[in-house]
Amino acid sequence: MKELFPAKHVMGFIFSLVLTGVALSVYFFDMSFFMGMTILLVTAFAQAALQLVLFMHAGESEDKNTIYTSVYYGIIIAVITVLGTMLAMIWGYV
Amino acid sequence: MDFFERFLIPHPSPIIYASMAAIVLTTIAIIVGLTYFKKWGYLWREWLTTVDHKKIGIMYLISALLMLFRGGVDAIMMRAQTSMPENTLLDAQHYNEIFSTHGVVMIFFMAMGFIIALMNFVIPLQIGARDVAYPRLNAVSFWLYFMGAMLFNLSFVIGGSPSSGWTSYFPLAGSELSPSVGTNYYMLALQISGLGTLMTGINFIVTILKMRAPGMTLMKMPMFTWSGLITNIIIVFAFPVLTVALAMGTMDRLFGTNFFTTTDGGMDMLWANLFWVWGHPEVYILILPAFGIYSEVISTFAKRNLYGYNSMVASMVVISLLSFVVWVHHFFTMGQGAMVNSIFSITTMAIAIPTGIKIFNWLLTLWKGKIVFTVPMLYSLAFIPIFTIGGVTGVMLGMSAADYQYHNTMFLVAHFHLVIIPGVVFAMLAGLTYWWPKMFGFMLNERIGKWAFSFISIGTCVAFFPMFISGLDGQARRMYTYSESTGFGIWNMISFIGAIGLAIGFILIVYNIYYSTRYASRDVGDDPWDARSLEWATHNPVPEYNFAITPHVNSSQALWDSKKNGHTLFRDGLKEIHMPNNSGVPFVMSVFFFIFGFSFIFSMWITVIASLIGIFACMLHRSFENDHGHHISVEEIKRTESEVRGAKNE
Repeated sequence: MKELFPAKHVMGFIFSLVLTGVALSVYFFDMSFFMGMTILLVTAFAQAALQLVLFMHAGESEDKNTIYTSVYYGIIIAVITVLGTMLAMIWGYV
Repeated sequence: MDFFERFLIPHPSPIIYASMAAIVLTTIAIIVGLTYFKKWGYLWREWLTTVDHKKIGIMYLISALLMLFRGGVDAIMMRAQTSMPENTLLDAQHYNEIFSTHGVVMIFFMAMGFIIALMNFVIPLQIGARDVAYPRLNAVSFWLYFMGAMLFNLSFVIGGSPSSGWTSYFPLAGSELSPSVGTNYYMLALQISGLGTLMTGINFIVTILKMRAPGMTLMKMPMFTWSGLITNIIIVFAFPVLTVALAMGTMDRLFGTNFFTTTDGGMDMLWANLFWVWGHPEVYILILPAFGIYSEVISTFAKRNLYGYNSMVASMVVISLLSFVVWVHHFFTMGQGAMVNSIFSITTMAIAIPTGIKIFNWLLTLWKGKIVFTVPMLYSLAFIPIFTIGGVTGVMLGMSAADYQYHNTMFLVAHFHLVIIPGVVFAMLAGLTYWWPKMFGFMLNERIGKWAFSFISIGTCVAFFPMFISGLDGQARRMYTYSESTGFGIWNMISFIGAIGLAIGFILIVYNIYYSTRYASRDVGDDPWDARSLEWATHNPVPEYNFAITPHVNSSQALWDSKKNGHTLFRDGLKEIHMPNNSGVPFVMSVFFFIFGFSFIFSMWITVIASLIGIFACMLHRSFENDHGHHISVEEIKRTESEVRGAKNE
C-alpha cells in the first residue's frame, strides 16, 4: 500500500498550495515594497523548481542531464540579460 | 470614408503604383496558370499540406530567394539615390521606407529563411533521421514565417511601409512620430514570423538530440549539424526577448501603454536595449549555420577531414554564451558611463577569439589539401579574407571610445555588410550550390556559377569598401542625400557600381538555375561531390523516407569511412517505415494568423477576434485529432528503391 500512495506528490501539491498562499498574502497584508518583492521572488522560484522537478518529472528520465543543462543555461542567460539591462539602463547610466 | 482612407499609401509615387499593378498582375497570372494547368490539387497535396522536411526546406528556399530579390531591389534603389549628390530619384520619406524594409526583409525573411531552409533540408539527412521530431510543427513554422513575410510585404501597397529603420527605435517608432500603420506592420509581421522561428528552434533541438542514427554520439555529428544545434539553442533563448519587446511596442502603439515613451515613466531606450538583447544573438544565429556550411564545403573540397573538430565545437559553444553578453555595443553612445561601456567592449573583443580559432581551423584544413575549385569552394575561399576584414573592423567598432567616432556612419554600414554578405550570403550560395543536386537531382552549371561568383565577390568589395572611407570622413548612414561640397559623391558612385555588379551576379544565379534546369544532366549519381557526410549516402532524389535502412555511424564522416575505410553503413534488413501524414491544418491556421495580423495592424477588432477563434479552433482540432501516421510496407520500399537506380542494401 505504501508503494501505491504517492506521498511525495501529495506533499508537493500541499507545499505548492502553501507557496501560492504565501505569495497571495503580499496583496492582503500591508508591507514594504522590498519585503513584498522578496516574498514574491522567493516563492516564485521555489514554486517553479517544485513544479519542474515533481510534476514535470525533470530528472526522472535518462536525459536528465540534457534537461538540467538547458535549465541552467536558461537561468544563466536570464540573469545576464536582467543584470546587464539594469547595469546599462540604470546603475551605469550617468 | 475614414475607414478606407487608412488603407491608402500616405505617400504615393509612380514606383508604388507600378508595383501595385505588378502584384495584382502576378497574382492573376498565378491563379490563371494554376487553373489552366490544373495544378490546384497538386499544389495542395504536394506542397501546402506537406510535412516532409525536404519539401518544407525547398519552400523556405524559394521564399528566401524571393525575399533576396525584394531586399536587393531596395538596396539598388538606395545606392542609386545616393550615387550622386543632391539626387532626386527618391525623396526622404521613400528613402526611409526603403532602408527600413531592406533591413527587415534581408535579416528576417531572407537570411533567416535561407538558414532554416538549409537546416530543414540537410540536418535530418545528415543525422540519418526520417524527418524532424515534430513534422506538423515544422509545417506550422514555415507557414507562419511565410505569412509574416507576405504581411510585411503588403505594407508596400496597403497603408505604407515602416520608415523608422530595421531597428525601429522608439520614440521615433512610437505612434506620435510614426503615425502611419507602417510600424504596426513591422510589429505584427515580425511577431508572426518570429513565432514560427521559435518553433523551428525547439523542433531542431529535439531532432538533433533525439533522432540521430545509431552510433552517432554528439561528438560524431557533422559540423553543419553541430552549428545547427547551437544556432537553435540560441534561437530558443533569444527570440522570446523579441517576442516580448514586439508585444510591448505593439501595445504602446495601439493601446496607449507607456513602455517606450519619453513621458509617464516610459523608457525609450529600453526598446533599443531589448531589441539588441535579441539582436546580437541573432547575428550569431545567422553566422553559425554559415560556419557549418563552410566547414562541410572546405573539408569536402580540400579532401581532408576538418582540422580541429573539438575546437570547432568548443568555439561554437563559447560563441553561443558570449553572444548574449555583448549587446550594449550596439548603443555605446546612448549615455551610459565608461564602466558599462568598458565591460561590453571587453566582452565584444573576447568574441573575436573563438571566431579567430575557427578561421585558423579552416586555413589548417586547407593546408596541404588537394583543393578543388568548385563554386561552393570559391565562395568559401572568398569568405575567409572578406569576412576577416569585416570582422576586424568590427573589433574597431567594439572599442567604445573609438566608437564615438565611427558610430552611425557609413563605416558601420560597411562593417556589417562585409560581415553579413560573406558570412551569410556567400555561405547560403555555397550551400545552395553544394546541396542543389541533393535537392533537385542535377548540378548547377559550374561555368555560369563561377561568373556569378566573380560578380558577387568583386561587387561586394567594390560596393562596401568605399563606405569605410566616406564613413570615416563623416558620412552618416540613413541620409537620403548630401551636398556636393562634402566630397562623398565619388565614393558613393563607386559603391553604386559595385551594387550593380552584385545585381548582375544575382541575375546570373537565376539564369544559372534556369539554364541548368533545362540542360543539366540528370545522371549525377548520389554523391556528385565525393563528399563525406550522411546526406550523400541516400538516393538522388531523396525518397520520402530518406533512408530505406537506418545507417550506422562511427565517426563524423560516416560516408567517407564507408567509401575508403570499409565501414558498413547499412547493416539491417528492410523494415516497415512509419511516416507522418500530411495535414492542411498548419496552412489554414497560418492563414488565420495572416488575417489576425492584418486586422490587428488596422485595429479592426471584430476580425481580430474572429481570426483568433479560428486559430484556437485549429489548435483544438489538433488536440482531439487521432492521427497515427502511415506505414510504408517493405514491398513498397523495395519498389521505390529499385526505381531510384539500385537499392543500397548490403
